[in-house]
Amino acid sequence: MIATNTNERLLQIAVLAFGLIAPFLFPAYIQQIALLWIMILFALTWDTMGGQMGYNSLGNIFFFGAGMYICAVVQIIVGGYDVGEYTAAFGAIKVDITDTQYFTGLFIGLAAAAVGCVFLSIILGFFFFGLRGPYFAIGTLGIALAAGELIGAWRWVGGGSGISLPLYPGSDIFPGSADEEGLFFYFLCMASAVATFLFFRWLYKTRFGLALNAIRDDEEKAEGMGIHTMRYKTVAWACSSFFLGISGGLHGNIVHFIEPLEVAFPTITFGIFMVAMSLLGGKGTLWGPILGAVLFHVIKEVTWTHLLGWQWVALGLIIIVNVVYFQQGIVGWLMERFPERFGIRVETDATAQGKGGAD
Amino acid sequence: MGNVIEVRGVSKAYGGVIANKDIDLNVADGKITGLIGPNGSGKTTLFNSIVGFHPIDGGSIRFDDQEISTMRVQQIARLGLLRTFQQTRIYGKMNCVQNMLISIPHRKHRFLDMFGHSTAADREKADSLLEFVGLYGKRMLPAGDLSFGQQKLLEFAMALMNEPKVLLLDEPTAGINPTLINGLIDRLKRANTDFGITLLVIEHNMRVIMNMADTVYCLAHGEILASGAPEAVQNDQRVIDAYLGAH
Ligand SMILES: Nc1ncnc2c1ncn2[C@@H]1O[C@H](COP(=O)(O)OP(=O)(O)OP(=O)(O)O)[C@@H](O)[C@H]1O
Ligand SMILES: [Mg+2]
Repeated sequence: MIATNTNERLLQIAVLAFGLIAPFLFPAYIQQIALLWIMILFALTWDTMGGQMGYNSLGNIFFFGAGMYICAVVQIIVGGYDVGEYTAAFGAIKVDITDTQYFTGLFIGLAAAAVGCVFLSIILGFFFFGLRGPYFAIGTLGIALAAGELIGAWRWVGGGSGISLPLYPGSDIFPGSADEEGLFFYFLCMASAVATFLFFRWLYKTRFGLALNAIRDDEEKAEGMGIHTMRYKTVAWACSSFFLGISGGLHGNIVHFIEPLEVAFPTITFGIFMVAMSLLGGKGTLWGPILGAVLFHVIKEVTWTHLLGWQWVALGLIIIVNVVYFQQGIVGWLMERFPERFGIRVETDATAQGKGGAD
Repeated sequence: MGNVIEVRGVSKAYGGVIANKDIDLNVADGKITGLIGPNGSGKTTLFNSIVGFHPIDGGSIRFDDQEISTMRVQQIARLGLLRTFQQTRIYGKMNCVQNMLISIPHRKHRFLDMFGHSTAADREKADSLLEFVGLYGKRMLPAGDLSFGQQKLLEFAMALMNEPKVLLLDEPTAGINPTLINGLIDRLKRANTDFGITLLVIEHNMRVIMNMADTVYCLAHGEILASGAPEAVQNDQRVIDAYLGAH
């Protein structure tokens, strides 16, 4: 939806070029930039629900954590270990798996995380789509909080002490590179964020996008017009969850050690960042969440290094200024400022004539 | 010619307020039926009951010889029975064309149709219907930026886009500039004659009803007071009394 097509194409190329060059240009920041791609994925998937459909989910982080755990469990099983024994050893087991086992486990794990999260979202949607407005927000927040506690009590997956993931073996994907593992996961993160973008970009151009917006603007009207609202809502959440599941699986492997409260279900950090980033960039737009994610993440990382201790104050300030003075977000503001560039215009009778034809 | 809607003994109460009591009403296929009555007499409540917006307390509602009183809003809408709202409801942040494109008939939609693109035929139809209600020039504006009257016209066009068999219109001329009302009456009639849509119309404007309706029902205090040809109902002493205040 941003400006003209050529401008969007240029923007895409610029982002892609940055993504491909950045890890070689700034090898020390690979992990931070990988995390940026995950943040973009977060903002895009949150915006599908909160921005495009008007369902402000505060529990989308649940699928990140669920994906992380599903992926880890599959990796352990494919590695030939018993999950209960593996987790009971608290990382003391000398993990001994072949390279093939590692990569097979990882990719089956990521696929299982995606599919498993879709499945979970369908079940949750069945119960939670009856809730509207703040009730949906708080209800979904409850899911994420409860999941953290439940996993913490579940011994089979390591409970509160978490799981140490199988380590990345040596491989020759990036010969001669110092940080092969970093590059490997960096490009997976980038690929999943790009795939998320391309998928939603396509989706919003189909009837699906119109239906989501109709639900956002007036769900009762949409029902009254015969739109299959439940179907659209379920599929929308399933699509979000699919990509969130993958991001969870990847993040778990990047940090090597997962546990329920801080890493898998970080409700008050990542869970809130998702919302904040979409709002900052402009919810309900395609590029807004991306812009919001980049700004937010850069500010977060910079304040982390240079303003240690003030980081939370800085992030809090951004959120407050955004919500109080700037609710439409950056892209939303641009659309208000330059409506013609976004196709909002009145036609004079002269241009309107001769079209249509019924009257 | 048969009845496309048959309402029999329908009652609906909100807490202690009896909004509809034992209503009998027929909508003849292919015709325009009018529904009049003082404010608060239960007209909108009856619409809500027919389209499944709320469960009824008793009675039966048949559409095309099928009992619909236990069905849900979307199912009924997909059968081809649609309503517009007295307060006018459109999708405010979407532009007029988008409002129209998402109003295509959903009855034939299968799962994969969700991911389809709007067809050229859809777009043409959207444009020509917007032209039909005089909103073509405004079609790229967010619907929420239109005036109340324009939103009413848009909602009417959206309903036509849906190709309903029967359309229930809740005060279609309320808030429309008096000089435009004749044009609107003409369009409503054309929806009936050219598009073959059966209409059930709530109206306070007697001129509109007398001009359009084949049959008129008058509600007062939640009950049907009189029904029949427009002139007969208009001259019925009970109807005159009801309108002149005795309530
Ligand atoms: N949702 C509701 N909750 C409680 N009472 C309601 C509700 N809707 C309508 N009523 C009551 O039911 C009665 C009939 O209302 P209704 O809206 O059907 O009248 P109406 O004939 O459409 O009036 P108007 O011409 O003003 O639109 C009124 O007494 C009203 O107060
Ligand atoms: Mg009413």
